Amino acid sequence: MSITRRSFLKGLGGGLASAGLAEAIWQSPSWAYQVPAAKIKDATVTTSICPYCGVGCGLIAHSSNGRLINVEGDPDHPINQGSLCSKGQAVFQIVNNDRRLKKVMYRAPGSDRWEEKPVDWALQTLAQRIKATRDAHFIEKSPEGVTVNRTEAIASIGGAALNNEECYLISKLMRALGIVYLEHQARL
Amino acid sequence: MASLGPTFGRGAMTNHWNDLANSDCVFIVGANPAENHPISFKHVTAALEKGAKLIVADPRFTRSAAKADMYVRLRPGSDIALFNCLSNYVIDNNLYHKDYVVAYTNASFLVKPGFGFQDGLFSGFDPAKKTYDFSTWDYETDAQGNPLTDPTLQHPRCVFQLLKQQLSIYTPELTESATGVPKEQIVALAQLYGATGQPGKAGTIMYAMGATQHSTGVQIIRSYSILQLLLGNMGIPGGGINALRGESNVQGSTDMALLFHVVPGYMAIPNAANHPTLKDYLEKETPKASFWVNKPKFFVSLLKAWWMDAATPENNFAYDYLPKIGKGYEGGGYSWIPMMQSMYNGDIKGLIAWGMNPAVGSSNLNHTYAALANLDWLAVFDLWETETSVFWKRPGANPKEIKTEVFLFPAADALEKEGSISNSGRWIQWRYQAAKAHGDAKSDLWFVNRLALELKKLYKEDPKAVCPQPIGHLAWNYGDDPDVHLVAKEINGFTVADKKQVPNFLALKDDGSTACGNWIYSGFYPGPEKKDNKAAARDKKDPSGLGLYPGWAFSWPVNRRIIYNRCSMDAQGQPWNPAKALVRWDAAAGKWIRNDVPDFKWIDPATKTEVPPDGSVKAAYLMLPEGRARLFIPKGLTREGPFPVHYEALECPFINPVYPKQQSNPVVKIWKSKLDQYAEICDPRYPYIATTFRVTEHWQTGALTRNLSWQAQLFPEMFVEISPKLAKDKGIKPGDWVKVSSARGSVLARAQVTNRVQAFRAGLPGMENTVEMVALPWHFGFAGLVTGGPDKNQNYAANQLSPAVGDANTMIPEYKAFLVNLERA
Repeated sequence: MSITRRSFLKGLGGGLASAGLAEAIWQSPSWAYQVPAAKIKDATVTTSICPYCGVGCGLIAHSSNGRLINVEGDPDHPINQGSLCSKGQAVFQIVNNDRRLKKVMYRAPGSDRWEEKPVDWALQTLAQRIKATRDAHFIEKSPEGVTVNRTEAIASIGGAALNNEECYLISKLMRALGIVYLEHQARL
Repeated sequence: MASLGPTFGRGAMTNHWNDLANSDCVFIVGANPAENHPISFKHVTAALEKGAKLIVADPRFTRSAAKADMYVRLRPGSDIALFNCLSNYVIDNNLYHKDYVVAYTNASFLVKPGFGFQDGLFSGFDPAKKTYDFSTWDYETDAQGNPLTDPTLQHPRCVFQLLKQQLSIYTPELTESATGVPKEQIVALAQLYGATGQPGKAGTIMYAMGATQHSTGVQIIRSYSILQLLLGNMGIPGGGINALRGESNVQGSTDMALLFHVVPGYMAIPNAANHPTLKDYLEKETPKASFWVNKPKFFVSLLKAWWMDAATPENNFAYDYLPKIGKGYEGGGYSWIPMMQSMYNGDIKGLIAWGMNPAVGSSNLNHTYAALANLDWLAVFDLWETETSVFWKRPGANPKEIKTEVFLFPAADALEKEGSISNSGRWIQWRYQAAKAHGDAKSDLWFVNRLALELKKLYKEDPKAVCPQPIGHLAWNYGDDPDVHLVAKEINGFTVADKKQVPNFLALKDDGSTACGNWIYSGFYPGPEKKDNKAAARDKKDPSGLGLYPGWAFSWPVNRRIIYNRCSMDAQGQPWNPAKALVRWDAAAGKWIRNDVPDFKWIDPATKTEVPPDGSVKAAYLMLPEGRARLFIPKGLTREGPFPVHYEALECPFINPVYPKQQSNPVVKIWKSKLDQYAEICDPRYPYIATTFRVTEHWQTGALTRNLSWQAQLFPEMFVEISPKLAKDKGIKPGDWVKVSSARGSVLARAQVTNRVQAFRAGLPGMENTVEMVALPWHFGFAGLVTGGPDKNQNYAANQLSPAVGDANTMIPEYKAFLVNLERA
């Protein structure tokens, strides 16, 4: 959904607009010079869901040219009705954070440091490692002669912080590789 | 999940967050929603404002407890004793909902004559192998195999009488010795919560990891479930047994089967012993009754979604492309703890971690670090440097000696990508992309897509590749920059011939004509356009006034908001509480009045006529072959017994007061590597009970909060809660650094001297003694903006202490009760 600011305000319901407050705040010339333009003016408004616990609170995000400028609780959302906890209110800092990784980092065996690497190189190398490990440790048949097509030498963990579509594709790819050590946060 | 599934049929929160407001009595146990699911408490508060009562049972006086009408200070790991006592009381005092119990549970079913229980063990135990022969744990049947029943509940071998007998030992007096809760309070609690057994009254239980993270976790939740069934609190608004999920999409990731034992939609991963062929799989995994008779449609549609054109009737729909599991590491399966053991022993060579940080969150961390160091390669996809990705430079490690090759991929955050996510209440909700990812950061969808395409290329190019078909033939057409809507539509399912989205799982077929990635989600994206995506639905109307919001998002299955809702009515289809009717039979009109999607056979799909209430009364729990919820679990589906029994945590300072001859879970697997050390029972080296918990300001392993300056400032340091008495005895002042040690490791923490924690008095009746408990948060580590303390050469992770001993069914580790010592640092 990509809502413009105008349609979003309309969606807030009649209360604000019909009382004439909206006009008073945003259009009255006597106010205009005193009030700095809201930072979310002309922002793109999208909705999302909080990344922390399993309650599933709604978020409203304001962004401009792909840059996040504000996040707050979604007042329309039936569960949180606009409110957020201490963590949910800090979601802005997950996106706008100098500590976020911007490059693939690689650590060679025995090394004491990271090296920056191109994404393509890293994915191709990882794919080679997966293939080499799988092929060297692939069990096609059980001792009884049953086709089992599995590898017990690779494990895949995690997914509780990802979206459903991502989890689904991980499930699909890992099982196609024959991976049986497939686990995640639900076990802990 | 391993408890709710066998008891009710589905492993999920039965109700949902808004529904908490419909409750007459909220019972929080093994959870602390005011701090760890804060917004859920909005709905608890709404119930309290309407006059509901709040009970909180917890070892710590939490902020949830601060709002309670009754706070019960419960010794960690003694939940089963308390709940068995409550169930015993409601039976003895006729507080249970008899009509419900007879109609909707297996109370009336007769059990085989050989079944028995003595000295803490059920019939069939093999002490040498530490396993049970389950053959007596079953129903007595007629010649056709139908269970015999006694609806009067008087037969000595009916489930109700066996349960009554099983519970009779749990008197308030003995339960006080087991739990540390005064017997007067236990009786008052039983009366308060027992009042929800009246028809029309609703009591809900909210639990989280305080219940699951025990060596008896599954049976703890069983003991809650039995009480809820006796009181008729399941399937009704304001009731249910509500597992509070701790991660934003742990429900969805479980639904998508990122667990070794299942494939998407809660179907078993094939195993070599029972399922050599597709025919074997379908015959053995498809029950004769229950909604699961449709399993072949769901399973074949999954194989089609994965291998499409290569999945044909001739090759059994590519069944052999799925791996079949064996017995796992040392016979312990492939779950978390055996996985870490296998890694430690060097059998697992490569590990891929998708936004998971086991270097803080796994139990017995010193074992985890040794296991990671034995890998050839490790790939981590995350937002930042986590402890897992930098385990090789942790305090005390010598990077030169660690040969693991590490790839760390920069992942996009939730606001930097699009897709759906499922909350604890089974609502599938859509997220839109708000911001661009930083630098080379990409979504996990993008990474897994590229990885699959690279692997397909490698397998195509290599003539010597081992078993390349499952990868080469894998249906994978989402584009170079993958379209998340294509994936969502595959999850929903479609017809193979004309690629039309199916309306729901009733349209799936077992002949290969339909493909569906996850049948339980079927219906969430039933058309080709983005407007058909029901996860994105934002209709705020609540026509019933019950907080169901049927037009907001999509609740699996088939947008049903409260599951098992046939049980909200009597046999004639009349609601126990007419003011809060989910569904109701209008006898005059011959129609169902539906506020929620019925969870029973209400319409005949062939004739489109509505089925009167007597057609569903015997299948109110339609996912179970009995059609009834299970007070008694047959066939060893829960491995330590059909009924919950109080056993002590593996590390415990008391002899089991209920069954002194059987200290702990008899079928628990004990791992014996040199880093798996355990305290003895009543071990003088480790005289205090320890438990772990979380705070509002941090999340799980801290990766997503310790890197935020706002959160880091609120809770910058590791601490341990100590009672004023223990602090005085040990000469510890508030704010002192103390060293907490277990048989496995130690951690530094600042002393938080507080009445939130106190000693427990428990033990064999007449020989009780008093033991102090300390409590530690487990959000800290050695990476991130704050690590938990001032010393960069320290690891502040609490899980250096916890044991890697798991529940016998789930292998969830026992984070909530173990033994420690502490001294001023």
